[in-house]
Amino acid sequence: MTLTQKIISKKAGKPVKEGEIVIVEVDSCFLQDGTGPLAIKRLKELEIEKISPPKRSVVFIDHSSPSPNLSLSNDHKLLRDFAGENNIILSDIGEGVCHQRMAEDFVKPGDIVIGSDSHTCTGGGLGAFATGMGSTDLAVILAIKKTYLKVCEAILVEITGKFSKGVYAKDLILYLIGKIKADGASYKALEFKGKELDIEERLTISNMAIECGAKAGLFPSDEKTREFLKKRGREDDYLPFKPDNDAEYIEKIRIETPSLVPYISLPHSVDNVVPVSEKEGLKIDQVFIGTCTNGRISDLRIAASILKGKKAKTRLLVCPASRNIYLSAMKEGVIKALVEAGAVILPPGCGPCVGIHQGVLADGEICLSTANRNFKGRMGNPNSEIYLCSPATAAASALYGKITDPREIL
Amino acid sequence: MKISGYSHKFGDDVSTDIIIPGRFFHLRSNLVELAKHLMEDAKQGFIDKIKRGDFIVGGKNFGCGSSREHAPTIIKMAGIKAVLAKSFARIFFRNAINLGLLVIECDTDGIEDGDYLTIDGDGFIENKRTGKRIEFVSLSPFMKKILEDGGLVEYVKKHKGI
Ligand code: SF4
Repeated sequence: MTLTQKIISKKAGKPVKEGEIVIVEVDSCFLQDGTGPLAIKRLKELEIEKISPPKRSVVFIDHSSPSPNLSLSNDHKLLRDFAGENNIILSDIGEGVCHQRMAEDFVKPGDIVIGSDSHTCTGGGLGAFATGMGSTDLAVILAIKKTYLKVCEAILVEITGKFSKGVYAKDLILYLIGKIKADGASYKALEFKGKELDIEERLTISNMAIECGAKAGLFPSDEKTREFLKKRGREDDYLPFKPDNDAEYIEKIRIETPSLVPYISLPHSVDNVVPVSEKEGLKIDQVFIGTCTNGRISDLRIAASILKGKKAKTRLLVCPASRNIYLSAMKEGVIKALVEAGAVILPPGCGPCVGIHQGVLADGEICLSTANRNFKGRMGNPNSEIYLCSPATAAASALYGKITDPREIL
Repeated sequence: MKISGYSHKFGDDVSTDIIIPGRFFHLRSNLVELAKHLMEDAKQGFIDKIKRGDFIVGGKNFGCGSSREHAPTIIKMAGIKAVLAKSFARIFFRNAINLGLLVIECDTDGIEDGDYLTIDGDGFIENKRTGKRIEFVSLSPFMKKILEDGGLVEYVKKHKGI
């Protein structure tokens, strides 16, 4: 069985086959402030007297936090009240992006995790079957703990070797999306094999599984997963999970990391990927380092190591993905180095990623971002352009005010 | 079941950011106002061009991107009776069914903007302009039931669970 089948079988209490629709109990679920209010509306429509949500249910206020306007403030209040009334954990402004917070404190290997956000697949980096759904699905899960799942086929992605200098997990996932395209894994799971990758790298890769249409992007859990959980004080949550040796995959892809180079995704679709060297010299207006894809401590460290003691030539926005990351970055002097280089540090959360606030682009402007999406209008202005890359490429480019291959300065 | 209406044609990879951009999220608790901005980054003034019962026709990977259920919600509120596409992004497809909005995966290459289409529940679509029939595969029985009940909320109420 594939890892996907194994996890779903365990929850369904019987061996499952691809294509089958099963009803499963959800281990962990969450709402965020973009899609949460609609879930609460749907929950009311269900007319259920007492809801019985999964034990690890969380409400996040991260997409527009702190609130930029009156109507979003009212949405936030609705969510806070809902969490309070129903004894649901609240992760309020400044605590961080839902997917990072879920990985830090809530996702367990082998779990079924459902969030009302498409990048819920991030949790696959810890060996969970984690997938995004809509507000109605979340309303039903909060009401009765259950959901329906179609058991999907899986594509195996085998990752071998070590990255060359200046090349990172983000480059790998951009390369893969460029290769199989935006719908290359539609209705399927991506199962990764890559023992050498550390957890932050796995989370970056799993995070972007949805950008090629995948339902989930999972890594087996192993000693590195255990170490990560231990550092978060929850070693007991560790369980080893891996696919069977004879698991059947509908496709197998091999990626040899030493052969990868820094990549960049061009507007307006994520699968429009070319090596950074092909776009070198393009002038940019704003650089954004952060998000659930690349706002982790290793990302901020890389950016700081490139920018330390120098000055950025663009507007530079940096948004740690969580408060924990922010604190580590402060202790390590990473924040100081970035601020001295001209960075504006934004409160942990989604920042400008989804175009609500904090860094909306002007007409004709170009932003180089470490996020996961560059759709037209994504950062708030349909007449602007977004390019996606690794934190190293972003920092190197900020330094010169134009797109720069980070290998030249590392 | 037979339903007829005019087509509004779009291309490949129509994302939920195109269907309803994040910059209108301050309106998301006011769905009527939000619906006024439906697909406006793809077609200016689109909402005024829709007549009740029309269809949205896309290419491949329709509804990709964010899980925002506001996208299919306002499509339905605008009076669109079905969305046809060569393929759908998974979350959008599921959200649409959960809301009781008909979504059909079929070959949309031969459909143009303004074509008059008749969808026959038996698994084909007729295009009046070309006289051609386009076949499609029906939904799984479980999904069909949710759709027939008017969406997942109604389904759960009726069956006291899933
Ligand atoms: S950081 Fe961006 S992609 Fe991640 S959850 Fe927030 S809005 Fe979505």
